[in-house]
Amino acid sequence: MSENIFDVQNITFGYDDLTALSDVSLIIKSNQRIAILGANGSGKSTFLRLLDGLYFPAKGTISAFGEPLTEDALQDDEFAFRFRRRVALVFQNPDVQLFNPTVFDEVAFAPLQLRWAKDEIKKRVGETLELMEIGHLKDRSPHRLSGGEKKRVALASVLILDPQVLLMDEPTAALDPKSRGQVVDFLISWSGTGKTVITATHDLDVIEDIADFCFVFQNGRVVGQGTPSEILADRKLLESTNLLHSHRHTHDGGDIHSHDHLHRFHEHEHE
Amino acid sequence: MNAVLDQKLKPAAPRRKKRGSFVERTLKTLVSEAERALFAEELARKDGLLQRLDPRVKIVGLLALILTTTLARNFFTIIFIFAVAITLAILSRVPIRTLATRAWLSALTFTGTIALPVIFITPGNVIYHLPLLNWAITEQGITSALYLIMRVETTVTLSLLLVLCTLWTHVLKGLRVLRVPIVFVVILGMTYRYIFVMLDTARNMFEAGQSRLVGSLDGTESRRIAAASIGVLLTKSFYLNTEVYMAMQSRGFRGEVYTLDEFAMRQRDWLALGAFTLTAIIAFWLGRQDSLASWLNFP
Repeated sequence: MSENIFDVQNITFGYDDLTALSDVSLIIKSNQRIAILGANGSGKSTFLRLLDGLYFPAKGTISAFGEPLTEDALQDDEFAFRFRRRVALVFQNPDVQLFNPTVFDEVAFAPLQLRWAKDEIKKRVGETLELMEIGHLKDRSPHRLSGGEKKRVALASVLILDPQVLLMDEPTAALDPKSRGQVVDFLISWSGTGKTVITATHDLDVIEDIADFCFVFQNGRVVGQGTPSEILADRKLLESTNLLHSHRHTHDGGDIHSHDHLHRFHEHEHE
Repeated sequence: MNAVLDQKLKPAAPRRKKRGSFVERTLKTLVSEAERALFAEELARKDGLLQRLDPRVKIVGLLALILTTTLARNFFTIIFIFAVAITLAILSRVPIRTLATRAWLSALTFTGTIALPVIFITPGNVIYHLPLLNWAITEQGITSALYLIMRVETTVTLSLLLVLCTLWTHVLKGLRVLRVPIVFVVILGMTYRYIFVMLDTARNMFEAGQSRLVGSLDGTESRRIAAASIGVLLTKSFYLNTEVYMAMQSRGFRGEVYTLDEFAMRQRDWLALGAFTLTAIIAFWLGRQDSLASWLNFP
């Protein structure tokens, strides 16, 4: 039977006067691949930060691995080490996450803070860099890397802990097609090892590959949920949450013409 | 109507190209400094004498020479250390032109400004009177000014050699190994890291503004926009600061920083340390010899 990883009950969270999340409840079980879908400003990133114990709800409760996830609980070293070891967050902007002088130091940062033995850290850093195919970057400064390389270093910096739960904030945002493909490939292979992956995204093209179940957020509320195929079939839901859009589109071959169409559901009459 | 519009939209007569606003010039300077940092990293990766040494040896050795320079009481010793610095630069494949532009010229400008009044205000044997002003230039004044300039030129050259021939990351690690407080080293490292991020942001903001600007702005308007941009940049840096702190917390940071220090001294590092120590001791001894000063006819 699957264990409850996160049990979120009626949480509300806001920034000053702005309500980011309102009365959100959901349960995430182990080995699930979850997509949190929503347009910009829908509360996806805030939700991930609440799950990572970086923010705490003004109302409602969050339990992680059957224990309350609160500010007080995270003051306790034992709980904090256990939780940080099991849950990892990859931020949307890799520049935020890469604050060490070299790639090697970056990957070694988390296990050092969790007081692993230094020999074990050196060994694991080497293995993780090879796994992410960035061994050749180990002495480079993170700010000199390309966007795709930064993303892989950011991933390596949390994967070294071999976390049970991976929280990904817009993993494919602002990446070139090759880097985007590499991230998706990684998510597919990594989640196949019995891990829980929770991905916040508005990239509908990848959700069938990276998720088994989706929650759709709008204005800080869960307005829909289901399997990727169920969500993708619900055109009304996608349109109302700004995940689907109409735009001008040009075809080649024969007459070149433009007309409005829905991007994912390429269903329209051509003259 | 079109003719009127055409007339109005007609480009103005070519004007002398302006040097750009203060903000533009400042940003360009900052960007060129960032490029210099890149160049410095290239130099640090070259196969030269200093580059091959353990960073701790370089830090200790060059600091010892800097200290000896500041304590030296005669020109001969300072010139001797300066010659050692030049030799190290050549053996480390650091272009003399780089030293001249980045160290000697800048140091001369700043120190010269400070040293200039010393020539006139130091009491002693008058050797010349400035025409018109009738200000007296003393032998002791010139000596003091020369001491100051030479000391600064030598110490700046040695410091620059350390920075140019050592990866920044290794300088930080070296400082850590030498028991410089970890908080200081981490702040230094993160400052260096995020200067580039904020510089990129500043440049993007400036270019975004420029792309929407037609013609040139008057001084008041330029200052207003510059002040607003600085405010936005400050807000962004606060936001970035919070985000980075959360990213650290997320990976287990709880107020104490732990690092891996993995330097290993090899035979050549011990030899270099010995050579640095010997040079510093000789220079220190020479520097304390007042007879050398009198022999060279300096007070």
